[in-house]
Amino acid sequence: MKTFSVSEITGYIHELFDADRVLADVWVRGEVSNLTKARSGHWYFTIKDAAAQLRCVMFRGAARRLRIEVAAGDEILAHGRVSVYEARGEYQLYVESIETIGGFGDLHRQFEALKAKLDAEGLFDPARKQPIPVFPARLGIVTSPNAAAWHDIQTALQRRFPLVEVLLSPTLVQGAEAPQQIVMALERLNRRADTDAIIVARGGGSLEDLWCFNDEGVARAVAESRIPVISGVGHEIDFTIVDFAADLRAPTPSAAAELATPNRDDLLLDVDRLRARLAGLFSAALRENARDLGRLRSALRFVTPGKRIALQERELAARRLRLSRAAAAALERRRDQLASAIKALARASPDHILARGYALVTDESGALIREAAQVSKNQRLNVQLAKDQIKVKVDG
Amino acid sequence: MMKDIANLSYEEAYEALEALVARMESGALPLEQTVALYERGQKLAAHCQALLEDAELKIKLLDEAGSAD
Repeated sequence: MKTFSVSEITGYIHELFDADRVLADVWVRGEVSNLTKARSGHWYFTIKDAAAQLRCVMFRGAARRLRIEVAAGDEILAHGRVSVYEARGEYQLYVESIETIGGFGDLHRQFEALKAKLDAEGLFDPARKQPIPVFPARLGIVTSPNAAAWHDIQTALQRRFPLVEVLLSPTLVQGAEAPQQIVMALERLNRRADTDAIIVARGGGSLEDLWCFNDEGVARAVAESRIPVISGVGHEIDFTIVDFAADLRAPTPSAAAELATPNRDDLLLDVDRLRARLAGLFSAALRENARDLGRLRSALRFVTPGKRIALQERELAARRLRLSRAAAAALERRRDQLASAIKALARASPDHILARGYALVTDESGALIREAAQVSKNQRLNVQLAKDQIKVKVDG
Repeated sequence: MMKDIANLSYEEAYEALEALVARMESGALPLEQTVALYERGQKLAAHCQALLEDAELKIKLLDEAGSAD
């Protein structure tokens, strides 16, 4: 049976901890308690949550680099590695840096406070939201010229709707001077009468990076902009006050460009669809006219001989000339119409009717008998059948 | 007289085309008018297509005073 000494087994455990990738570099959130700052400059404390606690040590070097205050009760985010302190048989977090979530919390608290205040004023009221024009002729872009966001927006616009003219109103998108530059960039666009919509955009970043878009002045400038504003700040998950103040929020800069413009491919489809309907309506109209002509033509044949037909022919020729210029296909259609009209005529001729069992009654002189009054008793009559004739004498 | 087709904006040209098709749909137009509408519709559609396909993105930089170069 293999046995271990305390040192051996503790050493083994130590190696296990040090080999683990997660424990080698970890951020741990917890509340600071029994913090002691030793004379050596090293800090000893524990961080805990409702169900567990973790011993921490922050050596002098790291502690001195700390730029923020840490006190018992603070909610902090500690960054370091977890390992084993063999002498005391304990594992602990060797802390490299600390972010006070309280600190993080401060910005967060300020964000929530400002959001609530402006919300109460009705700055985010849906009723204030202006519609974004469907076909913008000119788009104002408030961003930094050398930011990735500006490149993404240009690419999206070139692909989707290159008809639009783009006005770049340049500004810083980070740091202390950014807010009033953003406000000025917005004013420059609002002073012009020719801009249909404005995109306020920047790429992703930390809460601090995006902080200028949580500035009250910027939020008011966006909300009060006469021209509709689309915000495209940060990534999907980043929300800034500007997003609430804008008329429309886009998750990213290129998404903002997409929301601001129609898609060229869709528009091309629309045009094709209309062009097809136009052609369809046109050929339908031609068919209609051709049919009228067909009827006119057969009526002519049937009723007016000679010169008048010639006259109609000329008139028809003139029309046909106009028609043939319009569409040869339609005339083809018209010839079919004529054929069926002639067939109809054939069906109406007398011998066809006799074949159906009717008979023609004539007197000896050949005059057609239509009524009884025309004949007298014992008069001889001819009955013309489909194929032969019968001689009859009137009885009564 | 209506602006000629060449300097219509995309939106104006597209709406004119839509109206023209609607008019033809109402039907019972004399042949000459149908032909004329058809030809104008073709030109409008071609203009829309050209605007979409040939356009190049125009970008201007606003200077401090807010005027574009």
